[in-house]
Amino acid sequence: MAKSEAVQPHYPLEGRLGGSAFVSVSPGEPASRLALRARPEALASLSKALGVKLPEKPKTSTRATAVKAKGRRAAWIGPDEWLVIDENGADLLAACDGVDGVFSAVDVSNRNTAIIVSGAGAEATISAGCPQNLSMDVFPVGACSRTLLGKTEIILLREAEDVFRVEVWRSFSAYAFAFLADSGRSPMM
Amino acid sequence: MLLIHCPYCDEERPELEFRHAGEAHIERPTDIKSISDEEFMKFFFLRDNPKGVAYERWRHMHGCGRFFNAVRDTVSDKFVMTYEAGKPRPDGDELRAKSKETNQ
Amino acid sequence: MSGANRIAGAGRLTPAKTVRFTFDGEIYTALEGDTLASALVANGVHLMGRSFKYHRARGVLGAGAEEPNALMGIERDRARRQPNVRATVQEVFEGMKATSQNRWPSLAFDIGAVNNLMSPFFAAGFYYKTFMWPKAAWQKLYEPIIRGAAGLGVSPDEADTDHYASRYVHCDVLVIGGGVCGLSAALAAAKSGASVVICDEQAQMGGALAYENGVTLYDEAGFDWAGKTAAELAGMDNVRVLTRTTAFGYYVQNFVALSERVTDHLAEPDADLPRERLWQVRAKRVIIATGAIERHMVFANNDRPGIMLSSAARTFLNHYGVAVGTKVGVYTANDSAYETAFDLKRVGVSVEAIVDCRDNPGEGKLSTAADLGITVKTGHSVTNTKGARRITAMVVERNGGGGAKTIAVDALIMSAGWTPSVHMFSQSRGKVAWDADTQRFLPGDYAQDCVSIGACNGTEDLQASVDEAIAAGEFAAKAVGGKRAANLKIAASGGGGWSGGVAGSADGAGPDTTVKAFVDFQNDVTAKDIRLAVREGMHSIEHVKRFTTNGMASDQGKTSNIHGLAIAADALSREMPAVGLTTFRPPYTPVTFGSIVNHGRGQLFDPTRKTPMHGWAEEHGAVFEDVSQWKRAWYFPRIGEDMHAAVNRECKTVREAAGVFDASTLGKIEVVGPDAAAFLDLMYTNGWGKLKPGRCKYGIMLREDGFIYDDGVVARIAEDRFHVTTTTGGAPRVLHHMEDYLQTEFPHLDVWLTSTSEQWAVIAVQGPKAREIIEPLVEDIDLSNEAMPHMSALEGKICGVPTRLFRVSFTGEAGYEVNVPADFGRAVWEAIWERAEPLGACAYGTETMHVLRAEKGFIIVGQDTDGTVTPQDAGLSWAIAKSKPDYVGIRGLMRPDLVADDRKQLVGLKTKDANTVLEEGAQVVADPNQPIPMKMLGHVTSSYWSENCGRSIAMALVAGGRAKMGETLYVPMPDRTIEVEVTGTVFFDEKGERVNG
Repeated sequence: MAKSEAVQPHYPLEGRLGGSAFVSVSPGEPASRLALRARPEALASLSKALGVKLPEKPKTSTRATAVKAKGRRAAWIGPDEWLVIDENGADLLAACDGVDGVFSAVDVSNRNTAIIVSGAGAEATISAGCPQNLSMDVFPVGACSRTLLGKTEIILLREAEDVFRVEVWRSFSAYAFAFLADSGRSPMM
Repeated sequence: MLLIHCPYCDEERPELEFRHAGEAHIERPTDIKSISDEEFMKFFFLRDNPKGVAYERWRHMHGCGRFFNAVRDTVSDKFVMTYEAGKPRPDGDELRAKSKETNQ
Repeated sequence: MSGANRIAGAGRLTPAKTVRFTFDGEIYTALEGDTLASALVANGVHLMGRSFKYHRARGVLGAGAEEPNALMGIERDRARRQPNVRATVQEVFEGMKATSQNRWPSLAFDIGAVNNLMSPFFAAGFYYKTFMWPKAAWQKLYEPIIRGAAGLGVSPDEADTDHYASRYVHCDVLVIGGGVCGLSAALAAAKSGASVVICDEQAQMGGALAYENGVTLYDEAGFDWAGKTAAELAGMDNVRVLTRTTAFGYYVQNFVALSERVTDHLAEPDADLPRERLWQVRAKRVIIATGAIERHMVFANNDRPGIMLSSAARTFLNHYGVAVGTKVGVYTANDSAYETAFDLKRVGVSVEAIVDCRDNPGEGKLSTAADLGITVKTGHSVTNTKGARRITAMVVERNGGGGAKTIAVDALIMSAGWTPSVHMFSQSRGKVAWDADTQRFLPGDYAQDCVSIGACNGTEDLQASVDEAIAAGEFAAKAVGGKRAANLKIAASGGGGWSGGVAGSADGAGPDTTVKAFVDFQNDVTAKDIRLAVREGMHSIEHVKRFTTNGMASDQGKTSNIHGLAIAADALSREMPAVGLTTFRPPYTPVTFGSIVNHGRGQLFDPTRKTPMHGWAEEHGAVFEDVSQWKRAWYFPRIGEDMHAAVNRECKTVREAAGVFDASTLGKIEVVGPDAAAFLDLMYTNGWGKLKPGRCKYGIMLREDGFIYDDGVVARIAEDRFHVTTTTGGAPRVLHHMEDYLQTEFPHLDVWLTSTSEQWAVIAVQGPKAREIIEPLVEDIDLSNEAMPHMSALEGKICGVPTRLFRVSFTGEAGYEVNVPADFGRAVWEAIWERAEPLGACAYGTETMHVLRAEKGFIIVGQDTDGTVTPQDAGLSWAIAKSKPDYVGIRGLMRPDLVADDRKQLVGLKTKDANTVLEEGAQVVADPNQPIPMKMLGHVTSSYWSENCGRSIAMALVAGGRAKMGETLYVPMPDRTIEVEVTGTVFFDEKGERVNG
């Protein structure tokens, strides 16, 4: 069997750009993602194996502190559910191999894609379609939640006061991007 | 749009994130194969649909994804309380206390 | 010159800042900040519209949201044309085009005005009674004519080119209304540390301060204070000030909808600005400061152009610097009209007389009138008016009649008193209470965390209102955890009260008269109509309202409800509260569909889902079909081919060489955990424990009632890991169904479900050459029949990227479904295509997929099943594990009805004429000559032309079908009856040998 080099990927929002003077809407860089489900007993060993502490408080996320896991974060999605994102594309599934305890790790790197909404109008732009209270005192930096944007489900992560990461399923990303580009035309801040 | 308290997220969230899932506290018989037609009818087809206090199942579909239970007044449309799936049906005292809280 | 009636030195607009606009084609000049109404009045134009039913000439009645008469079409271009805009709300901008409505050929000469002469025939209930007979005439004659004459305004005939925005906002305190009370409350709440949103429908905050010249706050003119206070609020981090923003709906748990008009006042709005923005506010507390709306006097011919509310005339003068006439008459039942008369007189406008139906006006009014030289006729009433397109005179009589005197006027201002605006309170489900002392409905029992303050709460004195507002603001802030005290004290003086006046018809328009005294201007309801309704037996205000249409126009009866109620109560000799007040419902004022739909139009109406290979299919000429939100390639026509030819070619090619198909939309769920197999045993009828990793199996999922819910292939990837596939449309509900059981019935199982539908792109390669096509691209997987027989699923690489390679077939041919991470879907597809094309394979779409599977008798859930089909009905008994103790549906399947012999069963149908293709959904009968209604045996579920079989093929659900093999049945159609033979469901390769290819 003659083997050639691996074929090249095509990313869902390649080349798109949206926004205005107040906000920038752009596709996130490719990343690896893990949908993680686990019994409480497995949390410590999974956190250790992944190099990032799996948060146990609703609507929160954590960032890895270890150098080897830089660019990695874990977001609380449900009481036994986490989304782990690694911006450097590390093999997260492999990292969980052999970890003790009862859990489920599924690679969803290509299921989701990210949209980065940044700038002074970021919160207002997302608030056009997200019914949650996104003010800093209720949705501070690091807050993360599965919710809605217009007619599609998203996972929203606040990376800074004026930077949000919108994780959305691949085939809904064109809709989500177009929505944010539309609401970003003139976000009322 | 209602605000619904998700017992898992421990926060009130907009109704859009939730989905109603029918009457609560209807347990699937463990030996379902051996129940009578009559028992199956009651289990699967018959629902209370009360006026007033109703026990409902909801799912935080576009949030934490968990199913949970709620006590809601079908006359006022108000939630009296919500609680985790699997917890027993709250008793009268608990409901009265909660009811007072929400009516303030 | 911005209008002959502009008074130098009066008003707040800048004389140098002029704006030009057209009204019915005439060019007029206005001042920046004018409303269309103030600009027209300034130019001496009072005739602004025709009434809905009688086409009577009408002028402007109010100066705000309550306006029933002056409804206009406002146009920027053909696509941006809005009907029924209130001229009192619309601000004038340079180049604006306004047109009057409900008139033809012109506003001044209107043919429809003949309705006015015919009015004795058009009394309330006329339509209900007249068009009852003959019945047949309704559809052909009456309805088209009535519909032609009905409707108000002309809607645009092109798609709206504006865009609209939405915004969710959360705050501690929402203040509805930006008058003196709203501003004071907002300031108090904000200074106490609460986050505040305050909105007002006007262009500037201030409310009644716009005309109440006598009010001072902190020794400052009221309106100036309002401007400064609004600016102070806008400068605070915790406050959002929204002008031109109407709170139109108050919903559960303090969810309030606001509509902001962002660009309607701008001549050349920035293209990025939305025309309107819908604010969906969730407030912890709401402060309602919506003021009061003045009522008109109900007397004969009270609707001529030039007759308006006293507050409107005062607003036109004190805010816009416009006198409503040169010889003004005043007709009042309370004190506030006196202030308007005094203001007019002080700027030099002649006030002909103040006609006061009371004997004793309020303190000081008579002496001030005397000082200003204004005649006051107490104990008198205006009993008629004259004039065609504008009032020319009023007829004044002593109360009870007598001493009639005609006084020439060119404007008549009136006030019957003030109605507190309890709309928002009522919408919040609060119960209004009748205040017998002041004869008003006021907020009673509250249903939500809100409070009414000031005029809408019936509070009289200005200082008391302001104190109430500050207290409400502080209390609201404290209730939501505000830490500071506002330390706010606002000294207020001046301003009139809100109580007093009359409700119902005035002297000379009572029960013994037949005059046209209008109650509801917009729907042309008179006092006489309401009395007629009572005589006809309508004894509740809800019935009176529907019979007369009083209060049912787009103004929702802001000026007419109380009058209508009072007249009905009088006719019934009952108290007003006993007759009842109708409940106020959203919207408070009309809201555009644009605002409600906001971003959700065009491509944002609904998500359109596309697979990773969509672009390739597009480039290769695919025709797409919608499957739920997905766009799926339907067929790939070559030049000169129609759908039929393309599908025939694709079907032949797949069986003779191979075909490549995009199956990415299939739902996929990864089931992981030590109890994965145990869980699947409960969810599917099949048994999973013995399935070895690397192998897969077709599974059927039932609901608890025993009917088929979904089906799909399930592969075991590892001991504790399954790759479940679902139908495309079923993906979300199947996951929901499985989660439901896992979380609530079987929570003891250690297993989790993760949707991977979009993680994997799926490329089906089917046909005799399938293996030859993919073999050189695959690494680490032995594709031989021995290593990878039919129903295998192995992991390895293809084109250098990881794959889960399934050997499965939905065509009956040997074939594969190549799962690759979605980012690589297109590249792998292209690599496969590069090999497939030279080997004579084709790309095929969903139509060919459907035909090929039907040739093999494979069902499609939702097409060949409909929620009442069991596995036995569908011929799938083999997929039910006999020895399992439990699975969802096990008990349902045992129900007597589900095991009966005569159930509808899935069978094949062959038409006697091989070329006839049945219609899906067509009914099947045993005897075509039986009388109608015939006994239906079942219906056709799938039907196609099969090029591979050289004939039509069909499947049908037929009662007792499997016992009817070989029998002839009939499919009656409108034009003929089709003879069919009952057969098995497999039409091609009956032995099923090709999959092993």
